[in-house]
Amino acid sequence: MTPDGALRPVPFRGGGFAPRRLRFAAPLAFLAVLALWQAATSLGWIGPLALPRPGEVVAALVDMAASGELWRHLAASLQRFAVGWALGAALGVAVGFAIGLSSLARSAALPLVSALFPIPKIALLPLFIIWFGIGEASKYATIAFGVFAPMAIAAFGGVDGVDRGLIRMAQSFGVPARDIVAKIVLPGAAPALLSGARISASIGIILLTAAEMIGAQHGVGALVLAAGNLMQTDRLIAGVLLLSALGLAIAALIGLAERRLLRWR
Amino acid sequence: MDLVVEGVCQRYGALDVLRDVDLRIASGEIVVVLGPSGCGKSTLLRILGGLERPASGRVLLAGAPPPGCLNPLTYVFQDFALAPWRSAAGNVALPLEHLPMSAAERAERVGEALMRVNLAEFADAWPRQLSGGMKQRAAIARALVVSPAILLMDEPLSALDAQTRELLLDDLLRLWRETRFTAVYVTHNLAEAVRLGHRVVVLSRRPGQVRDIVVIDTPLDERRDGHPALIEASARLWSLIRDEAAIADRELVDDA
Ligand SMILES: Nc1ncnc2c1ncn2[C@@H]1O[C@H](COP(=O)(O)OP(=O)(O)O)[C@@H](O)[C@H]1O
Ligand SMILES: [Mg+2]
Repeated sequence: MTPDGALRPVPFRGGGFAPRRLRFAAPLAFLAVLALWQAATSLGWIGPLALPRPGEVVAALVDMAASGELWRHLAASLQRFAVGWALGAALGVAVGFAIGLSSLARSAALPLVSALFPIPKIALLPLFIIWFGIGEASKYATIAFGVFAPMAIAAFGGVDGVDRGLIRMAQSFGVPARDIVAKIVLPGAAPALLSGARISASIGIILLTAAEMIGAQHGVGALVLAAGNLMQTDRLIAGVLLLSALGLAIAALIGLAERRLLRWR
Repeated sequence: MDLVVEGVCQRYGALDVLRDVDLRIASGEIVVVLGPSGCGKSTLLRILGGLERPASGRVLLAGAPPPGCLNPLTYVFQDFALAPWRSAAGNVALPLEHLPMSAAERAERVGEALMRVNLAEFADAWPRQLSGGMKQRAAIARALVVSPAILLMDEPLSALDAQTRELLLDDLLRLWRETRFTAVYVTHNLAEAVRLGHRVVVLSRRPGQVRDIVVIDTPLDERRDGHPALIEASARLWSLIRDEAAIADRELVDDA
């Protein structure tokens, strides 16, 4: 103990547990990875068959862009993703709302959706090819099916989480049921729908790539597979980078939608 | 328009919540329902406005609603019940949107209602930007915009701090002077009861029964802190509820 009357500062015990974003860190991390890659390939730590140099990947991308091949693959993939995701999301939201709003749907459809959820949807592609042929329809169906279950579950959870007090409030003003769904339930479930969109989009990209690897002429998945078969690692890595860009672009779009639709939060 | 409550009972499973409540609320009157928390006040109010069916008994309306009334029985909730994704004006507009009415007329009504609660300049603010007092004033504007015949108010000031509560109490008194609305005002707060109530219905602890009805004759305009009639009414009410409140305080909340 210090003698009575001696002053000493109160020891500081707070702080921490609040990570911030440091602006310089992200570009540095990317540069570090690139530098490591460059060093590993040019110093011969990794053989040219296993991993191309960064410059070769860029050259492959530029080549494909110039020949138009890049856009053909991208367009095919984007279209499949957009159609498949939109179909699955629309169906999922409709079923999720039904489960969230009606006792019958909850009792009948929720166990079904829960049973569908864990199936790796790519396992159904062969069946869809038998049903719809090797063309686009079987790919749409696979992606849509994969998007459906997580979207339905997100929508159902969102509807379930809507403040019942707000629904009673609307009823107390005589607002008709369909208006309550449109004006209270839908906006109340919007945050859950958007996070469902994020999850289902990443599932959609996985299925898109897998479906394109199994049976497609064009598409980023087909590009990656073909490059692999020919040991063209530069084109292979270029395709993987395209997939990363595709995923980031979709996530950015959803982020934009979140900022616009959830301004009230 | 009068509201008549006849022998209303409510129970949830084995839990008796209300027993034989009889009441008549006359036009232009503020009836305060006072009782310890958990005694069934909110339940009674939900039954009064048709949001819940009683186990037995009935609630009746006597007479026609006043002309221009768009929603005769209109609630003001303790937690405000504002949609967070709608601006203050959007929340006030909600009860008008399904009614046949031009957009211009709706906007005019909404503007007028916001003006009456001194919220006109915050029309475009999100609820999260509003203070507790402003939120409840927005909710009151939403209730006024439908020209209600009877306001059903469930502890409208309980979620607010003491100073805000005082300000809103004054606002409510001013609004009553302007429109002479009819109201059932649920509270567990004695001060609110004697400031606002023409009659104070005292409920017993659960199952809620009408223990007594205290009539306060002093006109609302003349009610000030320290008014002898109010002190007397307060003392009377306190003696009616203190034992109940003490027992209610010692009950487990979730013995339902
Ligand atoms: N929907 C319900 N189901 C089951 N119990 C309920 C329900 N609503 C209220 N209760 C119970 O009824 C009692 C009275 O509730 P309430 O009317 O909210 O009381 P107060 O508003 O006076 O505090 C409480 O014990 C509460 O737990
Ligand atoms: Mg209550």
